[in-house]
Amino acid sequence: MSQEEKLKEFERKIESGEKIEPKDWMPENYRKQLIRMMSQHAHSEIVGMLPEGNWITRAPSLRRKLGLLAKVQDEAGHGLYLYSATETLGVDRSELIENLHNGKAKYSSIFNYPTLTWADIGLIGWLVDGAAIINQTMLAKSSYGPYSRALIRICKEENFHKKQGYEIVSKLAGGTKKQKEMVQEAFNRWWWPTLMMFGPPDKDSPNSAELMKWKVKLNSNDDLRQRFVNLTVPQAIAVDLKVPDPDLKYNEETGNWEFGEINWEEFWNVVKGNGPLNKERLKVRNDAHDRGAWVREAAEAYASKHSSLN
Amino acid sequence: MKDSQHKLWEVFVQAKTGAPHEHAGSVHAADSEIALQNARDVFSRRNEAVSLWVVPSDQIVASTPEDEGPFFDPANDKIYRHPKFYSVPKGVRM
Ligand SMILES: [Fe+2]
Ligand SMILES: [Fe+2]
Repeated sequence: MSQEEKLKEFERKIESGEKIEPKDWMPENYRKQLIRMMSQHAHSEIVGMLPEGNWITRAPSLRRKLGLLAKVQDEAGHGLYLYSATETLGVDRSELIENLHNGKAKYSSIFNYPTLTWADIGLIGWLVDGAAIINQTMLAKSSYGPYSRALIRICKEENFHKKQGYEIVSKLAGGTKKQKEMVQEAFNRWWWPTLMMFGPPDKDSPNSAELMKWKVKLNSNDDLRQRFVNLTVPQAIAVDLKVPDPDLKYNEETGNWEFGEINWEEFWNVVKGNGPLNKERLKVRNDAHDRGAWVREAAEAYASKHSSLN
Repeated sequence: MKDSQHKLWEVFVQAKTGAPHEHAGSVHAADSEIALQNARDVFSRRNEAVSLWVVPSDQIVASTPEDEGPFFDPANDKIYRHPKFYSVPKGVRM
């Protein structure tokens, strides 16, 4: 088959909704875009453990501690599913991890914000996992087989993440005056960065058009963001929290909750590495990796000793 | 020294007895014992498996997509392998 015929066949598959599998021919840019996007996604799961891990030892009850531990463990699993799916594209995991650790690769900017109070843990589960669910439900239909399969697995686990978060939020919101203030304050801090999680507006999203053409993504950033707002505002109202947006209003005609201007300057600033905790997150990751080096070495030594005995 | 991520193992999960083992993904591990433990931690945190297989990824021999035509083709012209090819007297239930 000529290149042209291969491309035609590839496009036919995408068009008809067939999945692309690792050994299938694919345009170089499809492969590149997937490696970039999937490894970013994997890194986000891994770095995403840090803001929540920060509170495990200080969880207010055993019930909360169990839930949080299980959730953080799931996120480690999500990272591993996604690294494994990315490796099917012919990259090595050590290369991906190295790019995370030296700052070349990106991860979701939301994890560069601090978790200042226990209420933040509720907000992360409710909002950040809530936003991730919307994004990942779309990606579970992605055209690349291994990515789609990893996400189907992930989506099954995410609902518990969101629910445990919302439970924390609703208990605090219905608690003492101090608890209510704490959760409202945390909501005020997390709301806007969560809306930014869906990425820049479609007109400023450099990769979006290509990703949608190849059905890696099926919806635009703005569509997903609107879906999230429509779903979340009633949940805020239900627990009597005020969405920190004076321009928020319901549009009877479209059924959409219209929201105010997002501060994209802040978004790009955090993406570029100037968020509150960019440096801290990378340092913690690197330190943990370095401290684990002796374990990896010991495992290798043990394995080679035993295989030479056999 | 370049950091080792250990070798790659493919993981197959049997969801319940009687079901086939299905490919679930892969894990990195220095040896088969750790590979099996990692596979359990990664792919069965909620009773998703009653049995697990781990296989060194480089031990799997796979057909290639280019084979799709010539490699699988012979079956297409052997319609006599399908029940439709045969006829039976009208009214007889098979
Ligand atoms: Fe996750
Ligand atoms: Fe999650």
